[in-house]
Amino acid sequence: MKKEELDLKYYAKVHSIESFGTVDGPGIRFVIFLQGCSLKCKYCHNRDTWDINGGEYKSLDAIFNKIMNYKNYIYPNGGVTVTGGEPLLQVYFLIELFTKLKNKGIHTCIDTSGMVKLTSDIKHLLSLTDLVLLDIKHIDSKKCKDLVGFSNEMELEFARYLSENNIPIWIRQVIIPGITNDKQDLLKLKDFIDSLKTVERVELLPYHSMGKYKWDNLGLKYELEGIPDATDKDINKAKEILGLS
Amino acid sequence: MDFKEWEGFSNGDWKSEINVRDFIQRNYTPYEGDSSFLTKPTEKTQKLWNQVLELYKKEKESVGGVLDIDTKTVSTVSSHDAGYIDKNLEEIVGLQTDSPLKRAIMPFGGIRIVEKSCEAYGRQVDPDIDEIFHKYRKTHNDGVFSVYTPDIRAARSSHLITGLPDGYGRGRIIGDYRRIALYGIDVLIEEKKKELDVLNVDELTEEIIRSREEISEQISALNELKVMASKYGFDISRPAKNGKEAVQWLYFGYLGAIKDQNGAAMSLGRTSTFLDIYFERDLKNGTLTEENAQEIMDHFVMKLRLVRFLRTPEYNELFSGDPVWVTESIGGMGIDGRTLVTKNSFRMLHTLVNLGPAPEPNLTVLWSTKLPNGFKRFVTDLSIKTSSIQYENDDLMRITLGDDYGIACCVSPMKIGKQMQFFGARANLAKTLLYAINGGRDEISGKQITPKYSPITSEYLDYDEVMEKFEQMMDYVSKIYIKALNAIHYMHDKYSYEAIEMALHDREIIRTMACGIAGLSVVADSLSAIKFAKVKVIRDETGLAVDYEIEGDFPKFGNDDDRVDQIAVYVVKTFMNKLRRHHTYRNSKHTLSILTITSNVVYGKATGNTPDGRKAGAPFGPGANPLHGRDKNGALAVMNSVAKLPFDSAEDGISYTFSITPGTLGKTDEERINNLVSMLDGYFSQTGHHINVNVFDRSLLEDAMEHPEKYPQLTIRVSGYAVNFTKLTREQQLDVINRTIHEKI
Repeated sequence: MKKEELDLKYYAKVHSIESFGTVDGPGIRFVIFLQGCSLKCKYCHNRDTWDINGGEYKSLDAIFNKIMNYKNYIYPNGGVTVTGGEPLLQVYFLIELFTKLKNKGIHTCIDTSGMVKLTSDIKHLLSLTDLVLLDIKHIDSKKCKDLVGFSNEMELEFARYLSENNIPIWIRQVIIPGITNDKQDLLKLKDFIDSLKTVERVELLPYHSMGKYKWDNLGLKYELEGIPDATDKDINKAKEILGLS
Repeated sequence: MDFKEWEGFSNGDWKSEINVRDFIQRNYTPYEGDSSFLTKPTEKTQKLWNQVLELYKKEKESVGGVLDIDTKTVSTVSSHDAGYIDKNLEEIVGLQTDSPLKRAIMPFGGIRIVEKSCEAYGRQVDPDIDEIFHKYRKTHNDGVFSVYTPDIRAARSSHLITGLPDGYGRGRIIGDYRRIALYGIDVLIEEKKKELDVLNVDELTEEIIRSREEISEQISALNELKVMASKYGFDISRPAKNGKEAVQWLYFGYLGAIKDQNGAAMSLGRTSTFLDIYFERDLKNGTLTEENAQEIMDHFVMKLRLVRFLRTPEYNELFSGDPVWVTESIGGMGIDGRTLVTKNSFRMLHTLVNLGPAPEPNLTVLWSTKLPNGFKRFVTDLSIKTSSIQYENDDLMRITLGDDYGIACCVSPMKIGKQMQFFGARANLAKTLLYAINGGRDEISGKQITPKYSPITSEYLDYDEVMEKFEQMMDYVSKIYIKALNAIHYMHDKYSYEAIEMALHDREIIRTMACGIAGLSVVADSLSAIKFAKVKVIRDETGLAVDYEIEGDFPKFGNDDDRVDQIAVYVVKTFMNKLRRHHTYRNSKHTLSILTITSNVVYGKATGNTPDGRKAGAPFGPGANPLHGRDKNGALAVMNSVAKLPFDSAEDGISYTFSITPGTLGKTDEERINNLVSMLDGYFSQTGHHINVNVFDRSLLEDAMEHPEKYPQLTIRVSGYAVNFTKLTREQQLDVINRTIHEKI
C-alpha cells in the first residue's frame, strides 16, 4: 500500500470537533467536522471548511479515544455524526473509524450531499453507517448546478443506493426563498422522496445568512447577498407542499 | 410497641426500635409508571395559593422585602400563638409566627445581628429583649468572639476565610421529622429517656455530662413541640393515623426546627416516599382520593414556601434571594435494587406545576441510571419547563451513605437521623495562592495577614517554586480554618444548641467538619498558566505582586483537558489532606465541599488580579464551574472536567451549575427530554456528583431584568439552590447572565 493511502486511513483532516450536538441525528451526537468540500454551495454557512488544504490532521486513535471519553453520553441513544465539509472525501479514514465504532455498538451517522461516485470504498463505508443525513441540494438538475456547481445526478443515484440497501435516510432540504421553494420543484422533490423506501424523516432547514461573516473573513464575495432569511411562513408553506405535518 | 394507627403496616424491627428506614423498606410501594395519574390543583388550593401570591406581592413592596417582624417575642419551638393564612382553606397548618411572612427574632445566635436586621428594615428590637441578651444571656456570637485568636480574626477580615457561621446559625442539620409521624412524641421521649439511662455510668466525664445535658434538652424540646401542636388543636403525642396527619405531624417537627433555629440551611430530608406509605394505605381503604392526596402535598409545599428568616442585607448579598434551603431529596434506588420512587415522589414534584415554579422547597432528585424511565422523563420534562430542580448522584452516594440519606443545603449528603455536620463555609483558595506569591501579604491592602513567609521575587513565575509556596500557604490556611471552626461549633453547641433537631437523631451519630473551598477553577487555571505559558509578575513600589501578564496560551479547566484538570484534582486532594492533619471539635470527620452558593460574586470582589488573567474583583466560577467563558469545547467537556474531581476527597459535595438554551438541547420537547436524560445518565456515570439544570434563553433573563413584574415566579438554579431571579441584586443577575449558557452546537 502506498504511503499516501496509509496516512489517509489513519489520519483525518479535521476542521473542528463538538462534544455535544443535538440536531445532527438522533440523541446526543459527538460531531466531527471534517475539512474539505468540492461543492460550491452559495449559501454555505461553513465556508471555512471548503479548503482541502486547511484544517488539522488528527489521528484515528486520538479521535477514537476522544469519542470514548463521551461514550456515557452518546451510548446508547445518541452516537457519532461526521459532517463537514464533505465527509465522504475522507472515505478511507471513515471506514477505519466506523469499524471501530461499530465494534463498540455506537451509532454512526454521515451528513453528506451524496455527490460522490459509488465506489466500492463508499459502499463499504455505507455498510458501516446507521444513518445518512442526505442534503438534497436541488431537485432540479440545472438549478442545482447553478446553486452548488454540480448537477444532481450523482446525489440522486446515491439516495437510490441507500434506499435499495436499507440504509436509513433523513432527507434535508435547505429552504432558500426564491431559490429552492418553487412549488413545482417541491412537488418533484416529494415524488422523489416518495420513491425511496428508507426515508425516516424530512427536515426543512430555513436558510439564514449567519454564515456570511465567514465569507467576509476570507475576503470572498457572498453571492446570496440580498436574499432574505427563510421565515416560519416559508417553512410551513414548503411543508404543506411536501405533505409534512 | 404497637398502636392502632399502625394497622395494615407490615411488621419489622421498626416496631421495637426507632428505625424509619426499616418501616419504609417493609411498607413502601415502588412506582414505575408515568405521570398520567397526577391531578390538577383543587379549587381550595387555587384559592389559598392566590392568597399566598397576594402576600408575596405585599412582601415584595415592603422595605427590604420584609413584610413584618415580631420584635417582641424571642422565637422558640412553642413561642408564638397559632397563625393561619386562611384557616378554612388550609389542609396543613402551622406558621413560624402568628401571621404569614411575619419574621421572628432568634437572638441566641447573636443579639447584634438581630438588632442590625431589625434596623435595616425600619424596626427596633423590644428593649427588654435587648437588655436580657446584652446583660444576662450570652449568645453564640459573643462566645465565638471571646475566644477567636488574632490570626483567625486577620484571616477572617481579609476574606481568606469567609462566610463563617459565627454570627448566624450554622444550619445544615436535618431532623428526622418522619419519626414524629411514625411514632408520636411520647415514644420518642421514652427512647430519649432510655438513652439517658445508657449514659448513667460510673464516671461522669466531661463528654458524658455534655451528652446527658443535651439529651435532657432534647426531651424538653419534644415536650415543647407537643405544646406548639396543641395550639393548633393537635395531639402529636401519639402516631399519625392517616396521610393527612402524617404530613401534619412531620411538618410540625420541621416547624419546630425553624422556630428554634435561624440556620443557614434548614433542610427537610427525604420525606416523600415515607409519606407515600400513608397515602397508599388511605387510597386502598377508600378514605382518600388522588385529588385529596395532591391537595395535601400542595398545601404542605405552600407552607414550605412561606418559611422566612430575619437576616441582614449583608447576609443576603452573600446568599442572594432569601434562601432557606428547604431541601427535599426525592427518588434514588434502594440497596435491594427496588427504586425508592413512589407516586408521592411525583406529587411532590408536581407542585411545581400546580403552584408554579419556585425556589423552595429545594427539590433535589437523587439520580440513578437505574431510575424508572417514567420518572426520568417526568423530572427532566419539569426541569426543562421550570429550571427548578437539581440532581445528585445516587449511584455514587449510595456506596457510602446507604439508601436513607438526604441532602442538607445544596450538596451535603447525610444519613437521616444518624449524621449531622458542622457547617464550615469555605476558604478562598484563589487568595491563598496570591498570598503564597506575596509571602502572606494581602494583594489589595498590602497588609501582612499571615506570619511573614518569603515572597516570590522573580520576574516570571516558576511552577515548582509557586507550588512549594502554595503548599506552605495551604498548610497555614488549613490550620487557621480548623481552629476557627472548632471555636465556632463549640460555642454553637453551648449557646445555640439545636435541641429539637437533635431530638430527632440517634444518640450516637456521625459528625462531619464540613470545610469548603472557593475559587477552584481560578486556582487551576492560574497554576496551568504558570506551568504551560509564561506569567510575568507586575509589582508595586512596595514589591507587592498586584498584577500578571501572560505570554502564550494555556489549557483551562472545563475543556476535558487532563493537563489542567489534573491540577484541579491535585489541589482538592492536597487541601483535603492538609485539613485532615488538624484535630477537630468532637472528633468530627473532615469533609470538603466545592460549593460557593452565590458567594462566588462576593469572594471574587474581595480578591485581586490572579495569574490566570482574571481581573481583580471579577467573580469566581460558582462551585466547581469553570471560569465564565473559558470552556470552549461544549457542555459535555465541562461535565467531564467537573466529574474528574474526586468525591472521596470532597464528600460534602461538588456543585456544578449548567445552563443551556432550549434550542441547543433539542428540536422538539421529546428530543429535549431524551437528550437531558442521556446527559444526566452520562454525567453521573462519569461519577459527577451534582448538577443544577437551567433551560432558558439569555433574552428571557435580560427581559426579566428590565421587566421583573412580568416574571414574578421566574426561578433559576444557582450553585446548589434555586432563586427567584427578580430577587437577585443587579450584580448577581448580570453574573448569572454572563455565565456560560451553552448555545453552541
